[in-house]
Amino acid sequence: MTTEAITQQLLELLVELAPEFETSEIAHDEDLREQLDIDSMDFHQLAARIYEVFEVDIPEAERVELTTVERCVAYIGAHRT
Amino acid sequence: MPSLGADMERGTLVEWMVEPGQQVTKGDLIAVIETDKGAIEVEVWSTGTVEELCVDVGVEAEIGAVLARIREPGDPPVEATAPVPAATPAATPKPASTPAPAAAPSVAPPTAAGRASPWARHLASQRGVSLSGVAGTGPDGAIVGADVPQAKAAPARAKGSDLDAMRRAVARAMAKSKREIPHYYLSTEVDMTPTLAWLSRTNAALPPPERLLPALLLIRAAAKAAREVPQLNGFWRDDQLEMADAVHIGVAVALRGGGLVAPALHDADSKPLPALMAALSDLVRRARRGRLRGSEMTDATLTTTSMGDRGVERVDGVIYPPQVAIVGFGRITERPWVVDGAVVPRQGMTVSLAGDHRAHDGHLGARYLTALCEHLSHPEAL
Repeated sequence: MTTEAITQQLLELLVELAPEFETSEIAHDEDLREQLDIDSMDFHQLAARIYEVFEVDIPEAERVELTTVERCVAYIGAHRT
Repeated sequence: MPSLGADMERGTLVEWMVEPGQQVTKGDLIAVIETDKGAIEVEVWSTGTVEELCVDVGVEAEIGAVLARIREPGDPPVEATAPVPAATPAATPKPASTPAPAAAPSVAPPTAAGRASPWARHLASQRGVSLSGVAGTGPDGAIVGADVPQAKAAPARAKGSDLDAMRRAVARAMAKSKREIPHYYLSTEVDMTPTLAWLSRTNAALPPPERLLPALLLIRAAAKAAREVPQLNGFWRDDQLEMADAVHIGVAVALRGGGLVAPALHDADSKPLPALMAALSDLVRRARRGRLRGSEMTDATLTTTSMGDRGVERVDGVIYPPQVAIVGFGRITERPWVVDGAVVPRQGMTVSLAGDHRAHDGHLGARYLTALCEHLSHPEAL
C-alpha cells in the first residue's frame, strides 16, 4: 500500500471520528488533538480502527508520539506486514 | 413527552421511528425528540401495539403531552383521533410518570426501508449509514448484515445540535445547581501506579478494539464506591434524599465545537469490564453524534468528569440536579511519593468530590473518596 493510500484511508478514519470535518480540511502536519478536538477516547477508537483496517497494533505507550497525520502514516507504513 | 433533563420544559418531535399497527417492546426506540441538548432517541415504556401517533413531526410539545398511544395486550382498541398537525401545539398535556429505566431494545424496529435485523441496524449505526433504499436479502426481504455495504451515508439530522441552545440549557442547569445546592468540596491524591501497571498487563493480552482505557477504571471505581456509600448515589427531591437502587454513572462528554452532556453509563458497578468498555465507547460516540437515548439523559445517579486529557490537575465540578454529588478526576502525572520512608516517583492523580450538603456531609464524602481510592489501588478486583 502506498503512502498516499495509507494517508487517504487514515483521513477517512479521522472523519469517522469527527464527521464535522472533510478529509481535505485536515492538515497533515498539525497536532490532531488540537485540529479535531479529539481526546483519549477518540484515540482509543482510532487505534481500534487502524488495527481493523491496516492490521497494525499501536501500543498505548507509543500512541503519545502519533500526534499528526504524517506521524501516524509513517508508523502504519513501517509496521504493516 | 418525557422529561429529558432537569431544566427541560418542552421538546420537538422530529422523527417517528414506528408506525401505527407496529408491535413494540418496552425499551424499543420510538421517536427522536429535539431538545436544547440535541436530538434524543426516546424509548417506549410499554409493550404492545402502536395504536396512534398523536403528534406530527415538527410539533413542539410540553413535558407530559401525549405523543403516542400504545395498546397493551388485553386492552380494547382505542378509537383513533386526528393527529395534531404541525404548527399547532399538541393536545392537552397529561402528567407524565417518571419512566423506569429502559431495558436495551430487544427487537430492532423497522427502518423507513423496511425490516432490518438488529445486527444490520448495529452495523449501519456504527458506520453512520442509512438503510433507506437498501434491498434486503434476508427472510421476507429483511435487511441483514450482508446488505449493509450497499447503504449510503446517513443524511445529517436537521437541527442535530444547536450549540447556542445547548449552551443556554447548560447555563440554566448550572445556575440552578449553584443557586439551590449547597456544595461542599473534598479532594485527595491517589497513587495510580499499580492501576496503570495492571491496565498495561491486561491490555497487552487484548486486541486493540477490546483494550480498556484508564477512564473506564475511574468510572468503575466511582461506581463501586457509590455502592458502599449510597448516600452519594441518588437524588434530592421534595426536601429529602432518594437513594437510587442502581448505579448509573453520568459520564461528562465535551462536544466538539462546544456543549456538554453527561449521559448515563448504566450498571457501571456490575457490568463486566469488557462490556462496560464497549458501552462507554458507544455512549461517547453517540453523544458526539447527537444520538443519545432518553433513558441515558435521565438515568444518571452520580456523575464523573475527567479533565486529565486537557492537562487539568484538579476538577471541582458543579452537581447536575437532582443528583447529589459529582466526582472529578485530574491528570495523571509523575509525582514525588513517600513509599516505605523513601521519596520515589509515582503516577499520581487528584480525585475531587463536590457534594450536596443537604443530602450528606463531609464525613460521608470522605468515606466515599477513601472507598474510591481503595478500589483504584486494587484494579484486579475492579
